[in-house]
Amino acid sequence: MSLSIDNLYGLEGVPKADIDQILDTAFSFREVLERPVKKVPTLKGTTVVNLFFEPSTRTKNSFALAEKRLSADTVNFSAASSSLKKGESLKDTIQNLFAMKMDVVVMRHPTPGSVKMLGDFVDAVIINAGDGTHEHPTQALLDMMSIKEKFGKLEDLNITIVGDIKHSRVALSNIYGLKTMGANVMLCAPPTFLPAEVDSLGVEVTYDINEALEFADAVNVLRIQNERQGKGLIPSLREYRQTFGITRDRLEKLKKPITIMHPGPMNRQVEIDSEIADGENAIILDQVLNGVAIRMAVLFLLSGN
Amino acid sequence: MQKKNIQGEFLLKGGEIVDPYNDSIEKKDILIEKGRIKKIGKDIKEDGEIKIIDVKGLKISPGFVDLHTHLREPGQEDAETIASGARAALAGGFTRICCMPNTTPSISTQESVQFIINKARNLDVKVMPIASITKDRKGEQLTEFAELAKTGAVAFSDDGNPVESAQMMRNALEYSKIVDMPILNHSEDQDLKNDGLINEGSVSTSTGLPGNPAMAEEIMIYRDLRIAEFTGARLHIPHVTTKGSVELIRKAKEKGVKVTAEVTPHHITLTDEYMRSFNTLGKVAPPLRSEDDKEALIEGLKDGTIDAIATDHAPHTYNKKETSLDLAANGMIGLESALGLVLTQLLHKEEMPLMEVIKKLTIKPADIINKKLPCFQKGEKAEFTIFSPDEWWVFNKKSIYSRSSNTPFIGRELNGRVKKVVIGSKVIEI
Repeated sequence: MSLSIDNLYGLEGVPKADIDQILDTAFSFREVLERPVKKVPTLKGTTVVNLFFEPSTRTKNSFALAEKRLSADTVNFSAASSSLKKGESLKDTIQNLFAMKMDVVVMRHPTPGSVKMLGDFVDAVIINAGDGTHEHPTQALLDMMSIKEKFGKLEDLNITIVGDIKHSRVALSNIYGLKTMGANVMLCAPPTFLPAEVDSLGVEVTYDINEALEFADAVNVLRIQNERQGKGLIPSLREYRQTFGITRDRLEKLKKPITIMHPGPMNRQVEIDSEIADGENAIILDQVLNGVAIRMAVLFLLSGN
Repeated sequence: MQKKNIQGEFLLKGGEIVDPYNDSIEKKDILIEKGRIKKIGKDIKEDGEIKIIDVKGLKISPGFVDLHTHLREPGQEDAETIASGARAALAGGFTRICCMPNTTPSISTQESVQFIINKARNLDVKVMPIASITKDRKGEQLTEFAELAKTGAVAFSDDGNPVESAQMMRNALEYSKIVDMPILNHSEDQDLKNDGLINEGSVSTSTGLPGNPAMAEEIMIYRDLRIAEFTGARLHIPHVTTKGSVELIRKAKEKGVKVTAEVTPHHITLTDEYMRSFNTLGKVAPPLRSEDDKEALIEGLKDGTIDAIATDHAPHTYNKKETSLDLAANGMIGLESALGLVLTQLLHKEEMPLMEVIKKLTIKPADIINKKLPCFQKGEKAEFTIFSPDEWWVFNKKSIYSRSSNTPFIGRELNGRVKKVVIGSKVIEI
């Protein structure tokens, strides 16, 4: 069995059968990761280039580890996209790399669409590791895997996403993926953190955090970047915590406990209280481990082995 | 493109004349001698000596006028020169084009206006410079309108940049009254535009691309309309793209404000749906808008709110487009595809009368820059565009005469095509 997609640009339009297969494969790679020798020869002889035009620690390490676990040969290329502004075009940079014959490219770039553009320039399997405020498909896949691990399913679950939806690639990929899998999605954010015509995404929207938490089986809490308050999008981090923060007080009032997720890095005591992030209902560290398994699954399935 | 300079008399035979000055479409032959109309009438008898040019089934209109062309010379001759842009114009049936001043250096001085005029002197197409409103388009100091007008500038614009200061815009409009020429302001409030790359709406939301809201354009247009009303000066609004802008202009016209407006062929053809492809060829300023906006632009053309169609021909070398959307240059070439797109959308799809469409490519834009075009009368200069309103053809790379080929329309089927251009004693086969 193979996927219907040739590249992973995003989860928009990716059929349910593909997502199911990626998740199933990831669960079997999870077992590999629990073994004493955590390595399989699956991608021996395959060259993967990690092309990061934006700083990344977690995603980059997660991909690097997934590639090592699969025995792929890897090349790392990091460049601030500002160096491109100095003259070399994105196309030149990429074609120079690909003149050296690469099989798979994992790419992160600050601008939406750049990863898809790469597909026009080179003949290789392309995996989006985050393109600006567009998509971050492997993050959403690992989120879905973690939810499925906890609940045994995705269909008909209620998932709330709280935070800066407008500037988040994680939110968009989660919305596309979760909708495809039959989950219900509610967004909760201040209006300045919501994109235009947000209803067109087929989600429910509320400004009321208590309503959003009451709705949820699981809540995915997004990081609030400190610089947002400077731009006047929110008055202060304090007000954000008071109005949208995932606090112990709020969770204690709920009828049932809910699962807590966060893509990291966390801004503790802003969007989430430490005792919640470290508490028994949080699956934040499972997400990290599942991230490696998901990336192994995506690399394996797309590179045609 | 093939150009013939015909020495003796020649007869355009069998065509239908679309005469926007007389609101008539009639089958008439035109006899031309030494570049001027010698005789015009039904079934002019052929004399053995006369060269006959068969234009049966074709329409003959005055040469088209483009109010909005970027020629890139001086400064970016790799993307376009005055000569190459003029060839592109001919291919599109344009015999007169106004070039925008956002060159390097910008067209801010008499010398730079003169430079354009000198470079264009021997070209078939007439190139009319639009000078900048402010020195080097920086928004700080007015250019010498009167002197620039004397040298040959036909209008003023900082196109590419808006005049951000309302006070500067007031001064420009007020002062422009001494030359009675229009001020064209690129209307996009930079603050509200923010870092927007495409229209703000459902497409920006689902692609994650930063949105540029319609109100960024509308608020500045509203400001400019009020200043034009207050000063009584002439305002021309280039590349209108939103429904709200059309409504504002319609109301201002009802009130008697001296305002005219143009739209581009691409804004009445494409919508922001195109940007789901993330293709940088669709990146233009102002951006492609929603279906609703597109319909409002067409409505505005029909009811006369929008006076003219202008290409905003904006050549860029391909490397400026083969990069990420934030760094990619704004704009697409437009001269060669203009008539095909406009006839496909307006004549065939929207069933707008041919006369109305042709007016918006000829006498309407000419009026805006105070020019009268040669008309279909004995003694007038021959300056015609001959086109088929119905021919289906595929716009392709060979259709392009610009030095650049940044257009999303390659491969598109168009309904209506320029066949020949006559300028004086020259007949250019497209």
